[in-house]
Amino acid sequence: MAAPRKQRMAIVGFIVAGSALAIGLVLFALNEGINVFYTPTEVAQGAVPNGQSFRIGGMVKTGSLRTSELEGTLVEFLATDCAEDIPVTFTGVLPDLFREGQGVVADGFIDNNGVFQASQILAKHDENYMSAESVAAMEASGATCDP
Amino acid sequence: MIPELGSFSLILAFCLASLMVVIPMAGAITNNQLWMSLCRPLSSGIWVFMVISFACLAYAFLNDDFSVNYVARNSNSLLPDRYKFAAVWGGHEGSLLLWVLILASWSYAVSLFSKNLPLDILARVLSVMGIILVGFLLFMLLTSSPFERTLLNTPLDGTDLNPLLQDFGLIVHPPFLYMGYVGFSVAFAFAIAALLSGRLDAAWARWTRPWTNAAWAFLSIGIALGSWWAYYELGWGGWWFWDPVENVSFMPWLVGTALIHSLAVTEKRGVFKSWTVLLAIAAFSLSLLGAFIVRSGVLTSVHAFAVDPARGMVLLTIMLIVIGSSLLLYAIRAPAVKGSASYTLTSREVLLLINNIILVVSTAAVLLGTLYPLIHEAIYGEANRVSIGPPYFNTIFVPLMGLLAFALGVGTFSRWKKTSVVYLKQQLSKVLIASLAFGIVIPVIVTSEFNISVIVAVVLAFWIVFSIAKDIFNKTSNKETFFKGLKALSLSYYGMQFAHFGMAVTILGVCLTSHYSVERDVRLAPGDSETIGNYEFIFEGVSLQQGANYQADRAVITVLRNGDEYITLEPEKRLYYATQAIQTEAGIDVGLFRDLFTALGDERGDGSWVVRIHYKPFVLWIWLGAIFMAFGGVLAITDKRYRSKKTVKQSQNESVLSGSSSSKPTMAAES
Repeated sequence: MAAPRKQRMAIVGFIVAGSALAIGLVLFALNEGINVFYTPTEVAQGAVPNGQSFRIGGMVKTGSLRTSELEGTLVEFLATDCAEDIPVTFTGVLPDLFREGQGVVADGFIDNNGVFQASQILAKHDENYMSAESVAAMEASGATCDP
Repeated sequence: MIPELGSFSLILAFCLASLMVVIPMAGAITNNQLWMSLCRPLSSGIWVFMVISFACLAYAFLNDDFSVNYVARNSNSLLPDRYKFAAVWGGHEGSLLLWVLILASWSYAVSLFSKNLPLDILARVLSVMGIILVGFLLFMLLTSSPFERTLLNTPLDGTDLNPLLQDFGLIVHPPFLYMGYVGFSVAFAFAIAALLSGRLDAAWARWTRPWTNAAWAFLSIGIALGSWWAYYELGWGGWWFWDPVENVSFMPWLVGTALIHSLAVTEKRGVFKSWTVLLAIAAFSLSLLGAFIVRSGVLTSVHAFAVDPARGMVLLTIMLIVIGSSLLLYAIRAPAVKGSASYTLTSREVLLLINNIILVVSTAAVLLGTLYPLIHEAIYGEANRVSIGPPYFNTIFVPLMGLLAFALGVGTFSRWKKTSVVYLKQQLSKVLIASLAFGIVIPVIVTSEFNISVIVAVVLAFWIVFSIAKDIFNKTSNKETFFKGLKALSLSYYGMQFAHFGMAVTILGVCLTSHYSVERDVRLAPGDSETIGNYEFIFEGVSLQQGANYQADRAVITVLRNGDEYITLEPEKRLYYATQAIQTEAGIDVGLFRDLFTALGDERGDGSWVVRIHYKPFVLWIWLGAIFMAFGGVLAITDKRYRSKKTVKQSQNESVLSGSSSSKPTMAAES
């Protein structure tokens, strides 16, 4: 019977075309949406080219947060893994659980002055919870301190 | 005493569930009526003991029994009673108890509404649900009992519920979400029972459909509630983040949507059977994956349950056993199942297949994006973490949903077996012209700019709405009056159209909010103001307020519309005493066509604060659409053919088995 075979071929064609389209989209989208994670030490060693977007994790260094003396909604602080400190700036509303001496995860890029321009600071739902990124950064540096 | 009773009930429920796995299944195999009929009392017994157990935990919460560790960790004597009750599912152990209670409720419901079901099928279905119950009860008893106590050195007060959860959202969101998640276990159990019995026919699809619709409707509402809760509670002004935990609730929904459509084909035409079974297995497997990801902490998420790797391993084991054995069974049994009817490329069957492909591809893309960080870590080591952000998901998801919306319009007019291309062209050309005209003219006039993505979305929304309208007119045109025609249409037809209309509403909401929201994060001193469009927001200052278990900095923001006083919004920043946690409460003026959203950020000295002021057009429509969808699902369940007696079923059965493709003209949805 030719009709069912033709019909089956058409359906197989649909599926192949659909998956090809999907795979193409996925590859394209992965390029756009992927954020590689780096620790402050890696950033200080120049692992990330300026301008490339990535995710940084660590702790907010105690005493480094500056808000009120800055213009508008600008925020500055140091992200640290106890071995290296990276200056971070951010414009906007800080998450409720953002505090000095606590874990922080931010997306953004390093500008030409070596400052991490955060486009987003990730909020956490639970004050007892420390993100895997912050933990990984502290473990990777191996250093201990009272951040 | 009461907590021990709860714990004891759990053990009894576990014993009964073990019996429900063995006895009815053995009865079904040996054709022993008595053994099979035991499934009904067993499922009601399990349900009763789960309710007792749940009530015991609720009692412990309401009476501040801090000797129970779980209560001490998730409650506080100052907590208002409604939150004490909702705190039952505010942490890992209690939410697992709710999960199992709901699973027991679904299986009890199956046994209650099973009068039309052959006993051997019911026995198999409940036995499969028993297996899931046994797995989760064992998990709870061994690793996460909510009833563990500290009788010496009992804490005087609890450490309080996470302030974020102290909200109306906690009362409604988890129960709805779990009803949806767990509800897919019914479709799963029916699929496994069908594979075991080898009776994979139209009747099977008919039994599965109402349960799938019910679970899907609950999940739709559950996800929408979660999104709405995040919107007003997190103070960030967004409504969807593509966070792993959001994704794992969304994937069962996507596959469930595909399942609903594929079940329609299987019931009406007797084809796609093995595909439908696979979808039923996939929907529940994704629910289990959700439970695993949320509770094991393998992914960085804004939703962090107290994390324990040991629990993750147990859940992973349960998940792999369930998925592995059901796929093995599928591999052995499914090849024997064959569809008999034929159909052509423009038939409704093929359009529903397209719907399924798009939804499954979307699910696969979301799954890949969600698990990619794990895959990457496994390949490149723990130090090399990556995260996948919203751009990835939007890039894939938006075009796929566009395709889906387009196919939806075509599908509305398509017919089973064969649709003439001339007829389709004739019907669709008018709809296309109308939707292009409205979809281009309205946005351009209202916004006086030409934004191509907005126009595409608005055209697609009109495309769906006009297809629905035209189809209803077509179906009523042969009746004497329009209203008589409306009356003659079946409830499941209305259900379908409501759900499709909901999709158009959500598309509009998502698109217009994303493109036309005005979002300002500004630093305001008392007396300062910020203007968005014809609204002026005047920051009057912040004062200290006392709440039941917190104190709050409450801002007063007077909103002027065209210079006249319109409303006063009072966003808060709360400090909860017990946990010393800070929590934002947004101040929102909800409207059908726009929300005014304000949230208080941090203090920046000299009495000035960072204030988030957003103007969000059509944001309500995102959730309104979900309500329409869920309502459509419920309408479809109430269709009288699901309540009809066996006679109808058998005739349908025969027509499919004999390979004849005569569809009954009585149902409008078929024509």
